[in-house]
Amino acid sequence: MTLTLAALGPALPELLLAFSALALLMFGAFAGPKSTDTVNGLALAALFAALVLVLLGPTDATLFNGAFHVDAFGRFMKVLALLGAGGTLAMSVDWLKAEKQDRFEYAILVLLSTLGMMMLISAGDLIALYMGLELMSLALYVIAANNRDSVRSTEAGLKYFVLGALSSGMLLYGASLIYGFTGSVNFAQIAQAAREPSLGLIFGIVFMFAGLCFKVSAVPFHMWTPDVYEGAPAPVTAFFASAPKVAAMAVFVRFAMEALPNVTHQWQQIIVFVSIASMALGSFGAIGQRNFKRLMAYSSIGHMGFALVGLAAGTEQGVQGVLVYMAIYMAMTLGAFACILSMRRKDGMVETYDELAGLAHTSPVKAFMLAVLMFSLAGIPPLAGFLAKYYVFLAAIESGLYALAVIGVLTSVVGAFYYLRIVKIMYFDEPAAPFEPMRSEPRVVLAVSGTFTLLFFVYPAPLIAAAGVAARALF
Amino acid sequence: MYEWPILSVVTFLPLVGALLIVLMIRGDDEVAKRNARWVALWATLVTFVISLLLLFGFDPSNPDFQFVEYQAWLGDVAAYRMGVDGISLPFVLLTTLLMPMCILASWDAIQHRVKEYMICFLVLETLMIGTFSVLDLLLFYFFFEGGLIPMFLIIGIWGHGRKVYAAFKFFLYTLAGSVLMMLAIMAIYWQAGTTDIAVLLKHDFPEGMQYWLWIAFFASFAVKMPMWPVHTWLPDAHVEAPTAGSVILAAIMLKMGGYGLLRFSLPMFPDASAYFAPFVFTLSVIAIIYTSLVALRQEDMKKLIAYSSIAHMGYVTMGIFTLTQEGIQGAVFQMVSHGFVSGALFLCVGVLYDRMHTREIAAYGGLVFRMPVYATLFMVFTMANVGLPGTSGFIGEFLTLLAAFGRNTWVAFLATTGVILSAAYALWLYRRVVFGALEKESLKNIRDVNPRELATLVPLLFFTILFGVWPQPILDACNVAVNAIVARADVAAGAIKAAALVLP
Repeated sequence: MTLTLAALGPALPELLLAFSALALLMFGAFAGPKSTDTVNGLALAALFAALVLVLLGPTDATLFNGAFHVDAFGRFMKVLALLGAGGTLAMSVDWLKAEKQDRFEYAILVLLSTLGMMMLISAGDLIALYMGLELMSLALYVIAANNRDSVRSTEAGLKYFVLGALSSGMLLYGASLIYGFTGSVNFAQIAQAAREPSLGLIFGIVFMFAGLCFKVSAVPFHMWTPDVYEGAPAPVTAFFASAPKVAAMAVFVRFAMEALPNVTHQWQQIIVFVSIASMALGSFGAIGQRNFKRLMAYSSIGHMGFALVGLAAGTEQGVQGVLVYMAIYMAMTLGAFACILSMRRKDGMVETYDELAGLAHTSPVKAFMLAVLMFSLAGIPPLAGFLAKYYVFLAAIESGLYALAVIGVLTSVVGAFYYLRIVKIMYFDEPAAPFEPMRSEPRVVLAVSGTFTLLFFVYPAPLIAAAGVAARALF
Repeated sequence: MYEWPILSVVTFLPLVGALLIVLMIRGDDEVAKRNARWVALWATLVTFVISLLLLFGFDPSNPDFQFVEYQAWLGDVAAYRMGVDGISLPFVLLTTLLMPMCILASWDAIQHRVKEYMICFLVLETLMIGTFSVLDLLLFYFFFEGGLIPMFLIIGIWGHGRKVYAAFKFFLYTLAGSVLMMLAIMAIYWQAGTTDIAVLLKHDFPEGMQYWLWIAFFASFAVKMPMWPVHTWLPDAHVEAPTAGSVILAAIMLKMGGYGLLRFSLPMFPDASAYFAPFVFTLSVIAIIYTSLVALRQEDMKKLIAYSSIAHMGYVTMGIFTLTQEGIQGAVFQMVSHGFVSGALFLCVGVLYDRMHTREIAAYGGLVFRMPVYATLFMVFTMANVGLPGTSGFIGEFLTLLAAFGRNTWVAFLATTGVILSAAYALWLYRRVVFGALEKESLKNIRDVNPRELATLVPLLFFTILFGVWPQPILDACNVAVNAIVARADVAAGAIKAAALVLP
């Protein structure tokens, strides 16, 4: 089979991102530091163009002998990842400039990382999976240490790198075991070969899942998350919390559903355990936190636990739940980080959420939006976060995972406590000094995400239907 | 009945009022405050007037849901379905009637963040009316739980004293109770394939499943009612909430629990209801006696009324789980009556609190000399709380006790002691506050009720007396609907007989 240029069509968004990253790198290297603004703008344009191409592109195609899948599932997740990357990049430009951390490499690394995510989402075999994962992660390690003069930031980058490398090692080991016991790296062929689970295959699955759990920061592979979230510059943290989570969850789901559909009962218990542990740790761990970014780290651990509830169900309904959950989670996270990015006073950034005291007095609209997001993260109807939880638990109940569902909803009550505390600080406490006015990009992101979260229940059908179509692509 | 979707209009009109306040009123000066109050008052008044059309269009002899609306919403999982029957209609009207009074009661008492306050109340009204008028399980959960958000803010922002503690306790308690109901709703969806309440009411769930579903629903409604031993959030929330918040909590939000038991637990899980009836009787009797005794020892007026509310809700649960016509009708009547009476009592306390800024019983005494009108009103409501014949409080208590007597003599006997205890604490409260010598210096210049306060109390007085001597309208309204529930419960009648033997 010869590969013609036209046959590369389905991979056009990825190609576009790759070429723009390389071209911008050349441009930045030759034009020097003053080119940062141009590079940022062009990078944003590239992400937007990729988004358009993904939306217009084919919905069903396979490239490179099955290593690269383009399907409705991938499209849904790619749109999410691109929105997450674009939204955080737009928010970070001004912030980095104000903190004097603006470097043209930042936008290029975001582009490369996003390219990795897109490949990860489309991965159809273990090698493509590993390539996408590493491309995404290596870029993330570097931007975690973007503020290279700060000990905390470099520590975050180093910690992320060392632990990430460890998890990649486990993943590779698992992949090699799976290859050894099934004789293939292709997901579909693994599924064929893995009808009868052997001990070696189960070992391989465990190691693969360990590596993937690390990337979605599920317990017990979550240890890096709070430190990296806290240490990395705030816009980088926003990026970590959104797009890579989506991509990692996508490959998790795809790998489990495409490669291991015949051994569901073998890995289901792993996911159930990981999910319960994540929900519990996310809920209880966040109670003691004062730093907003650290709180969001625990919050994201908990939310990944909730999303995994859908995967644990192992059904089409469950995958639909995961997709809905990730979409709504990303909207809420971006909004919350838009607020964190604008917690700036004259003498610099603040990160403890006690500083939000009386925000309802000083900037009522922002406080209202953040309160909506917090109630939604807590999963209170009628906000979007409730419907997200509803769909994953609906799948869990369908599959008879009652214990998981009961523990899950009870931990969500515990989690509600710390989200409520932020609302309490904003609405019940005496006002602290006001923040500087919000810049326009975070303002837009906050407005869009807050409005989406608040009004999602009015017309939820399109997103739910899109997630349903995407989920069907895997079955 | 009507060409236009009247239920949706009634439900969402307050929300339109809230939107008007958000969009039209700027600033925080006196003019803005006045405008916010007037918009809220008009929104609630118009809602009330339109809801009266429901009353005229309602056919009490029709056993089906009326004013039914349908709109696709979430595909298979849920749809927008509205409709009322004889059980839900009284609560819808109770809500729309009490809301203007709550706005009036907050007219002078709330002076900061008036705009936000009115928005919270209007949103809350939409959510409460929705709870009583939706015919879809998931949507019911939406409204039922959504009410937590505005109430949390009302207690936390405009409350007194330990308001943060009370707001958190209220929120987390109710949420913890409700999440299990969410799982039960999902299980019902997978079992029956729909969340349409009208269909589910006729669906036969397997008996083994009924028990679990019943427990999950009961966990939610018992917290909301609240039943002993999960009642502890209520005294805190009541005491720290602003007057209007207490009124809403006592008069309407507590009724959501009873309404839920009637709407879901009884008709959908008749076997489980019969099985668990002795358990509910036990909790109800404990609630009636224990919380009445606790009420005797209170030094805070609001706390006393809060505990008396729990005791009165005990009659409701007892009446519901007799699974008889008179017991359930009595429970519905008791809930509506308690809506008037407890609402009025909290308003009465609010009248004093606005003047003296204390709710301590010891701070008052001899008010009859300075406030004769107030003393009269307060007396009628106290008597209604005790259950004096001629007031609405009597009918509900009598019917539920009558039904309980037929079911189990001991339950009726023990519950009746609650009537005596309620006389003790209510009359003693009245004596300490209103009678006695006017000795306290601070009380010597206290003013009697003003016209605005009269406007909130007199309608309640009217209904308390009216339904006390003429209970027929409410009993007639819910007659057919209750009939249907009892007919389903009778299928499980054999099980009740067996259960009744446990408590001779």
